[in-house]
Amino acid sequence: MTYKKSYEEINEKIRRGEAVVVTAEEVIDVVAEKGYAQAAKEIDVVTTGTFGPMCSSGVFINFGHAKPRIRMQKVWLNGVEAYGGIAAVDAYIGAAQVAENDPENKVYPGRFMYGGGHVIHDLVAGKEIRLEAISYGTDCYPNKSVDTVITLADVNEAFMFNPRNAYQNYNCAVNLGDKTIYTYMGVLKPKMGNAAYSTSGQLSPLFNDPHYRTTGIGTRIFLGGGIGYVAWNGTQHHPNVQRGENGVPMVTAGTLSLIGDLKQMDPNWLVGLSYLGYGPTLAVGVGIPIPILDEEMLRYTAVEDKDIFLPVVDYHQGYPYGNHTDLGFVSFRDLKSGRVNIQGKEVVTTPQSSYPRARQIAAILKAWIQAEKFELTQPVASLPGADSPIDFKSLPDRQPNGVISMIRNRR
Amino acid sequence: MKNRVVLYFSAAQSERPIIYQLIKNTDLIVNILKADINPQKEGYLVVELEGEKDCYEAGIKFLKNLGVIVEPLSQTVVWHDELCIQCGACASFCPTQALAIERDSMIVSFDNSRCVVCGMCLDCCPTLAIKLHFEVKEAV
Ligand code: SF4
Ligand code: SF4
Repeated sequence: MTYKKSYEEINEKIRRGEAVVVTAEEVIDVVAEKGYAQAAKEIDVVTTGTFGPMCSSGVFINFGHAKPRIRMQKVWLNGVEAYGGIAAVDAYIGAAQVAENDPENKVYPGRFMYGGGHVIHDLVAGKEIRLEAISYGTDCYPNKSVDTVITLADVNEAFMFNPRNAYQNYNCAVNLGDKTIYTYMGVLKPKMGNAAYSTSGQLSPLFNDPHYRTTGIGTRIFLGGGIGYVAWNGTQHHPNVQRGENGVPMVTAGTLSLIGDLKQMDPNWLVGLSYLGYGPTLAVGVGIPIPILDEEMLRYTAVEDKDIFLPVVDYHQGYPYGNHTDLGFVSFRDLKSGRVNIQGKEVVTTPQSSYPRARQIAAILKAWIQAEKFELTQPVASLPGADSPIDFKSLPDRQPNGVISMIRNRR
Repeated sequence: MKNRVVLYFSAAQSERPIIYQLIKNTDLIVNILKADINPQKEGYLVVELEGEKDCYEAGIKFLKNLGVIVEPLSQTVVWHDELCIQCGACASFCPTQALAIERDSMIVSFDNSRCVVCGMCLDCCPTLAIKLHFEVKEAV
């Protein structure tokens, strides 16, 4: 008879301090020792983790009102612009925002020493942040400029809302050109001098729940050292792709949109990054618990590095210009060993995502659940699955003339 | 004793078998850490010299008598553990395994004694945890 557990049964065990929780690495050993059926019966929760650069992250902040009031039209935090077109004193600071007056790539490759990701890190670290805002002045909001200092404790709300995190699979990047290139996948040496990758493999959340069976809208998670939730599917969520027999996508697939209160997060798990020649971003720590509802879930979580394949993509011509060369796939196990074979050539691998940190996140989440601090949630709605007819759209190339006159007429 | 120095050669000196003579005359162990030197061009060598103290001194004197400029290696690389997020990117750029990943744990460590200050790792660290430190050493 196949064994089944409900969310409520698992939470009941968590409350009694009896839940059996293992990490997505540990589950592999349990299965090797006891087999799938027995492991599914014994294990209640498997914890996952990932810590790497995640563009498409950011924070909504409500600053509180100045005296006299201002309708902030443009907003800067430590000289990095935050989007102010939301309401009078609400703004959104994006991880990838470049600082005002940054030399960018004028001296190529640019260093991007400070940007949105760094502002978020400094905020969480409780540091003082310079807030500048300007406006045109209205009857209700007469103030035209503020220049002050704030900390996270001073603002009304600050919540992280990341439109796209936890990519399920990602390209392994190489450079087929004959010059070094500087990308969001790091420095890529010419003539396939290295191969960069960014995932935590067998620890990565969506590799352990390839069909989004237990990860859905409302799932409670570890986010940036605090508690967060899955808010929606992420942008560019594209689940109907080529998958292996184990359900694991062979190319970029699902993504998650995540939300959580920044005030209870930890700077250790939100770290500003500077990508040479590319720009600033943020390393985000994400950990998702997976309830072992039945043997199928257990089998998913037992996925190993050797069963995970990444597509190799050229970032000289392939990615930027769409002139793709078929370079095949590499396994995560080989990537992690430090060398992979691509088209008969042995290539050194360059990780971007931190495996030791991913492992720590899975362990922290495990400890939270064991300490009865964290219960699991059943998704309130599912994410679009592998059979949903989602196209991966590109930007249309059209003449804007007609639209321009339409906008004019409206004025 | 063991020390790292930078040897600056003029175009004329770079033609001569100076390192050969240095080893032969002084019995020093010479480990070339970095070289940018071509015949008929000026250039430099970063070398580690190892041997008895008097051999070392004789070697430096020999080089100086030939007109080679000998300067202490004045840069070191400092790895800020507290800024490092253990991504491992730097290790794949390090030619000497000074920055290396222990493959079971995937943990990155820095062994200063293996660092030849080539600077390769400085560019690729996204947390800017690896920094060049300029150190003014006393002339040997
Ligand atoms: S400076 Fe060069 S040798 Fe030293 S740690 Fe960096 S890459 Fe390695
Ligand atoms: S690249 Fe920087 S952050 Fe990454 S492991 Fe090396 S020193 Fe640490």
